[in-house]
Amino acid sequence: MTSVRASLSSRTASLVALLIAVLWTTPTFGLLLSSFRQEDQIKSTGWWTFFSAPELTLENYQEVLFGASSSSGQLASFLINSIVITVPSVLFPLAFGSFAAYALAWLPFRGRDWIYIGIFALQVVPLQMALVPLLSFFSQGVEVFGLHLLPAWNLEGTGRFVQVWFAHTCFGLPLSIFLLHNFMSELPGELMEAARSDGATHGMIFRRIVLPLVAPALASLAIFQFLWVWNDLLVGLIFAGGTAESAPMTVRLAQMAGTRGNEWQRLTAGAFVSVIIPLVVFLSMQRYFVRGLLAGSVKG
Amino acid sequence: MAFASRLLVGAVGLALVATGCGSTSTAPEAEGSTSADCAAFSAYGKHDGKKVSVYSPIRDAEADLFQQNWKPFEKCTGMKITYEGTGEFEAQIQVRSDGGTPPDLAFFPQPGLLARFAKAGKLKPAPAEVKTLAEEGWSKDWLNYGTVDGAFYAAPLGASVKSFVWYSPKTFQEKGWKVPTTWDELMTLTETIAAGGLKPWCAGIESGEATGWPATDWIEDVILRELGPEEYDRWVAHELKFNDPKVVAAVDKVGAILKNDKYVNGGYGPVKSIASTAFQEGGVPITTGKCAMHRQASFYANFWPEGTKVAQDGDVFAFYLPGKDASSKPVLGAGEFVAAFTDRPEVKAFQRYLATAEHANARMKLGTYVSARKGVDLANAQNPIDKLSMEMLGDPATVFRFDGSDLMPAAVGSGSFWKGMTDWINGKDTRTVLDYIDASWPPS
Amino acid sequence: MDLDFDLSAESPKFVQLAIGVVAFLAVVGLVLLLLDRTPMRQRARLHATILLAPAVTLLTIGLIVPAVRTTLLSFMSGDGTDFVGLANYAWMFTQPEAVTVLRNTLAWVVLVPLLVTAIGLVYAVIVDHSRFESLAKTLVFLPMAISFVGAGIIWKFVYAYRPEGADQIGLLNQVVVWFGGEPRQWLLDSPLNTLFLIVVMVWIQAGFATVVLSAAIKSIPSDIVEAAKLDGAGPAQMFFRVTLPSIRPAIIVVLVTQSFGMLKLFDIVRTMTGGQFDTSVLANEMYNQAFRYGETGRGAALAVFLFVLVTPVVVYQLRTRRAVR
Repeated sequence: MTSVRASLSSRTASLVALLIAVLWTTPTFGLLLSSFRQEDQIKSTGWWTFFSAPELTLENYQEVLFGASSSSGQLASFLINSIVITVPSVLFPLAFGSFAAYALAWLPFRGRDWIYIGIFALQVVPLQMALVPLLSFFSQGVEVFGLHLLPAWNLEGTGRFVQVWFAHTCFGLPLSIFLLHNFMSELPGELMEAARSDGATHGMIFRRIVLPLVAPALASLAIFQFLWVWNDLLVGLIFAGGTAESAPMTVRLAQMAGTRGNEWQRLTAGAFVSVIIPLVVFLSMQRYFVRGLLAGSVKG
Repeated sequence: MAFASRLLVGAVGLALVATGCGSTSTAPEAEGSTSADCAAFSAYGKHDGKKVSVYSPIRDAEADLFQQNWKPFEKCTGMKITYEGTGEFEAQIQVRSDGGTPPDLAFFPQPGLLARFAKAGKLKPAPAEVKTLAEEGWSKDWLNYGTVDGAFYAAPLGASVKSFVWYSPKTFQEKGWKVPTTWDELMTLTETIAAGGLKPWCAGIESGEATGWPATDWIEDVILRELGPEEYDRWVAHELKFNDPKVVAAVDKVGAILKNDKYVNGGYGPVKSIASTAFQEGGVPITTGKCAMHRQASFYANFWPEGTKVAQDGDVFAFYLPGKDASSKPVLGAGEFVAAFTDRPEVKAFQRYLATAEHANARMKLGTYVSARKGVDLANAQNPIDKLSMEMLGDPATVFRFDGSDLMPAAVGSGSFWKGMTDWINGKDTRTVLDYIDASWPPS
Repeated sequence: MDLDFDLSAESPKFVQLAIGVVAFLAVVGLVLLLLDRTPMRQRARLHATILLAPAVTLLTIGLIVPAVRTTLLSFMSGDGTDFVGLANYAWMFTQPEAVTVLRNTLAWVVLVPLLVTAIGLVYAVIVDHSRFESLAKTLVFLPMAISFVGAGIIWKFVYAYRPEGADQIGLLNQVVVWFGGEPRQWLLDSPLNTLFLIVVMVWIQAGFATVVLSAAIKSIPSDIVEAAKLDGAGPAQMFFRVTLPSIRPAIIVVLVTQSFGMLKLFDIVRTMTGGQFDTSVLANEMYNQAFRYGETGRGAALAVFLFVLVTPVVVYQLRTRRAVR
């Protein structure tokens, strides 16, 4: 293991990595610094001038968190909404996606290629085109040729979270299935064969062999789905509405820029307030990115 | 050091806000005064536990003022108003309406969009009482914008005046410049300032997905002045084409300022920098003395850096963008219209309240607000520019015209017109741009 | 501090969340239960049906029905009432900007996936098992965690322009000035401006590639790595003979998802230039037509055109799948 590291992280390689890290971090750092600068300074001088004339203020954060306007004290409410929206919106696509991916990768049945290709192609359906049909699915139910198959959902208040979970799950599934299928189909077939000859059911194989082996993939997918949901504005705006009752934080931050976008300096602080939780999630997921889960189990 | 003192100031500010919040949240609970206050709202009836949803492009601080203003009404009628402001009103209202979940009331900032919804049969015509109130409150020009195919749908709400040129009264006085009253005087002044080595004008039209709109306002203002209100109406209806020689001449008149490197773009660079300067920051160089004039609507009063005094004798103020001569004073403006998607009794009652002078007056007392309604008390205006705007709107001699791009089909008014004018600033010639806009007009 | 915040008012939300999680556990439990109760000698089709049912149901409601509806709408007039045949498609190809829009879309679809994959791969390999791996990945991941709105402001601070002589507020122009150059307006001149927008996207998405490829690198069976090392493979050989072939599926995942994402791309273009200065892309036009202009038919036609564009990728996928078998 150390020899791999020694051989690969030669000096040039480290330099390249450092360069990428610096290039990637600088713009973000600029924003971070800007978020602590005053409105007129943000708009008239570059953030690097801070180093020659250091002056910081918490004004932007104060406005975002506690607010210049009467409704902004509710940011905590919106934060809770974001969490309530995100958790199920990550769990469902991950679970349903891995069920489907397992079936498509390891169960021999007729037509599975077509189902797989169909789901694969669905990735390209623009989200925007699905908003209106899905919204009327909730507000009017399903009616085919005058026959009421499903009634309207009539979701009010916190019930609207259900709509958002539903929408995010639908939109997250194609990527989830595609990604997990690719990882699962790479697993060695001998493993499944061995398990099956030992009398394991598909449920057992799925739980005990497949899931642990694709843990890194599941973890990365969880992070992306989490980020996508957390940073989403459009789905939240349409399905959760714009009030503190159910709207996510992104909706609130967008409103804070002011009617004509003249208060955009608040968004500098807003961007960092909303980045904290994704970062914590990412760091805590790091431990699933471990090497060698396959080692040992293949032997024999 | 500076950091610490700011923190301290911040903390004090917070404490003030906190106590302020405390008092406002308890005050309405005080008994006794309620019954007397409620007499004013008795005409709207009791609607206990009923809900009215409002969807609007107005956000943040301004939106808070509206909601605060509605508190007594909510309390006395027993209804609850859920307000939702969004930055993507045009797109979202379409999605919600198509998806079967429209709001009860929507504040449309564009009569063109309002007409599209009315024609599609999505809106309810205004109740008779609202119509009566609107007719007594607004001029025929304003009522027309809420009328589609002969039916009256929406009473106006707030308004803004676009025909303003912002300047620094101090600088003007120091340099001995006079506020111009005719277009010729304006151009002479421009030349004088330029000769003195200062770029007279500054402008910014960058506005994210709406980039270009401030340039279309310039064009509309000048067409209204050069061609007159009747021709302006024909132009808005596309009976007069964009590439008509008269329109071309008017656009070139704007070009004489905006596309002249000697005259623009004070504080920001050459002509092209107009396209990349955020409109919110377009006029700011006036405060640093790098530019003398900036044409922008009354609401620009909110965009000046903190501490800038907006007044006739202050740091910045605005003069009326002059016309051909001093006698004709057409005003270009904009505003919101209250349209209803539903007609439940509580919705109608609230719609009625919004159309009253009482509502406008109460709203003005809370913070910056302009209404074109007759019967508003100018003494309630919170700043001199609001007052000036309302004087202009209230003057019976004023010929008012609505922002043309808000009346045109959206494909032009919030599409090719914006895009065309941006290309124009960015170097394309007038004729090519106007031909392009004409070609993009949707076939009816 | 009075935050106007009442935790008890928030409790219904947590109740709702609990309901959601319980529902999740119930559904997952049900699927697994059914699966365990179905004997292995049953046909695979039955097992597959149980496993696929939740996903397929949701996909049908959330994506397939809308896709069909969109296709139908593309033959209808703007307000969706009259049948207009192929008029919307004819409009699409006779637009004066059509060529520019297609050119830009192509640039996004080709450049972003390639750059993102290349950078992500190099970075993931280099930082793999270095002492700073976690920190290094976090830094590149950070842009992904920032919303599009935040990203828009960040890059505003990079590309902003002030005239020569004045204080620059944009980092890029400041760097140019430090090196004695003249400040430029990066986003105004086509076609270079599209490249500057693409840089923003690469900055955001490199984290995606790094994380996925890093996960793939870590799941290369260690015995393969050991065997290669015993054979005396150097770093370059290791990379090309072991790493690259082993993570090929993951690379394809990144390339494919990125190009699909770029076909649908519109946020960055919309927030940064509004599609002006010849930077517009297909999805941007679609959004404008369908939502801002009320021309649903035209918007739908553009969306259908997006489906058509991916057909080659779909056919390729189908072929490789068949070949594997």
